[in-house]
Amino acid sequence: MALALQTFATVKDANAALKAQGSRYLGGGTLVVRAANEGDVSVSGLVRSTEPSLSTIVVAGGKVRIGASVTMAAIASHPELGALAKAARAVGGPAIRNMATVGGNLFAPAPYGDFAVALLALDAIVGTDDGETPIEIFLAKRDGSRAIVTSVSFTLPKADSFRFLKVSRVKPKGVSVLSIASVLERSPDGIVSSARIALGCMADRPMRARAAEKALTGRSLTKDGIAPALAAASDGTSPITDPIASAWYRNEVLPVHLGRLLLA
Amino acid sequence: MAKVPVQFTLNGSEKAEFVDSGTTLLHALRDKIGDTSPKGGCHQGTCGACSVIIDGELRLSCLTLAETCNGATISTTSGLSESGVLHPLQRAFLDTFATQCGFCTPGMIMAAKVLLDHTPNPSRDEVIEALSGNICRCTGYEPIIQAVLTAARSNSQNAA
Ligand SMILES: Cc1cc2nc3c(=O)[nH]c(=O)nc-3n(C[C@H](O)[C@H](O)[C@H](O)COP(=O)(O)OP(=O)(O)OC[C@H]3O[C@@H](n4cnc5c(N)ncnc54)[C@H](O)[C@@H]3O)c2cc1C
Ligand code: FES
Ligand code: FES
Repeated sequence: MALALQTFATVKDANAALKAQGSRYLGGGTLVVRAANEGDVSVSGLVRSTEPSLSTIVVAGGKVRIGASVTMAAIASHPELGALAKAARAVGGPAIRNMATVGGNLFAPAPYGDFAVALLALDAIVGTDDGETPIEIFLAKRDGSRAIVTSVSFTLPKADSFRFLKVSRVKPKGVSVLSIASVLERSPDGIVSSARIALGCMADRPMRARAAEKALTGRSLTKDGIAPALAAASDGTSPITDPIASAWYRNEVLPVHLGRLLLA
Repeated sequence: MAKVPVQFTLNGSEKAEFVDSGTTLLHALRDKIGDTSPKGGCHQGTCGACSVIIDGELRLSCLTLAETCNGATISTTSGLSESGVLHPLQRAFLDTFATQCGFCTPGMIMAAKVLLDHTPNPSRDEVIEALSGNICRCTGYEPIIQAVLTAARSNSQNAA
């Protein structure tokens, strides 16, 4: 394969070049170069930007902004993002994590997109040169998206409120059977006052488990307390079937793993 | 196809080449420069046989475009031995029978080298984690893990 790559110093110029037919943005290349190597002829040209803000992480006043070109390895080793390290380390093996970007993960089809699941639970905002979009809306419309993602931003979760679990068959780096991320706020008596739960592999892209979130609110994180949430866990899901697991299997095991995450 | 210039340091030597835009680093190393130590197994990022070290980080040369390596420092397994003396990792792979067909070996050694550069005395679990992106069809992995632990021990003995 041979694909012409155009490199631009600014996102603005790269966005203009990306308008050409057949052009795709190059993040870490772990999916887009792989596709070209496999003979995907829909990609005829690649565009990237080296604008420095794309590669920076800023943590200030409890808010986090991660540039779209930041890699999973950089997130996993960042001293102030310890809460997210597990989710960043869930993406591939060491070489993939050194290349895979947070921007690219937003576009990765299931069974990939483990970090995007974490970002969905964190209610992240996706930034482009044109403005900001809540991640859930961004993910719903991502197939038609032509603008370069510049950043993801979110409120740093309080210690213990963020949880992440990736279930895979091959350890330590197999592809997901499913992944789950949650942000749970609890009152001093342990009652869940708000819950955001995001699921990976339970649809073609990360999705919120709205019914489970509702069923968990006002309950405690005990076996009995979480039972209604587990019963509602599969509501609205349409899991993928792939060589790792069937849709049926994913639906069967989702409540088991959600239960483990909530009781951890 | 447009040719683009690319310059990088490969195993201590300056390289300057014109490559077709979009050429992978794996292709440039093997077919242009003649360093055949990185192997092309899957070209999909799955096998790790093409692993090289770019600016201190383990990367897959099959998914890296050569022109994005301008100004980089790249290490491959062919640059590890010095004055005909094998690197401790190469020696350990031979001594512990961690190489059978040998196809995965250069990628395994690069992955192990990055680990030992940062963690000179790794635990077994750290070795497993470091090699988790590299597939071997022959050895069953145990001899490879032992080779890396052996090389780590010999390094620490040399340092003592
Ligand atoms: C062997 C292997 C194992 C993997 N394992 C995992 C895993 O366990 N979990 C997981 O989640 N993923 C996994 N992946 C998938 C992939 O590595 C990650 O999802 C990664 O985060 C994708 O990022 P990238 O920068 O490499 O994307 P690229 O390949 O560069 O891009 C992917 C898509 O996103 C678009 N894109 C990228 N960046 C931007 C941007 N800033 N703005 C607009 N569009 C953009 C590209 O145009 C392209 O269409 C694996 C991949 C491989 C090859
Ligand atoms: S050839 Fe690059 S990972 Fe297999
Ligand atoms: S020795 Fe043959 S693939 Fe590893």
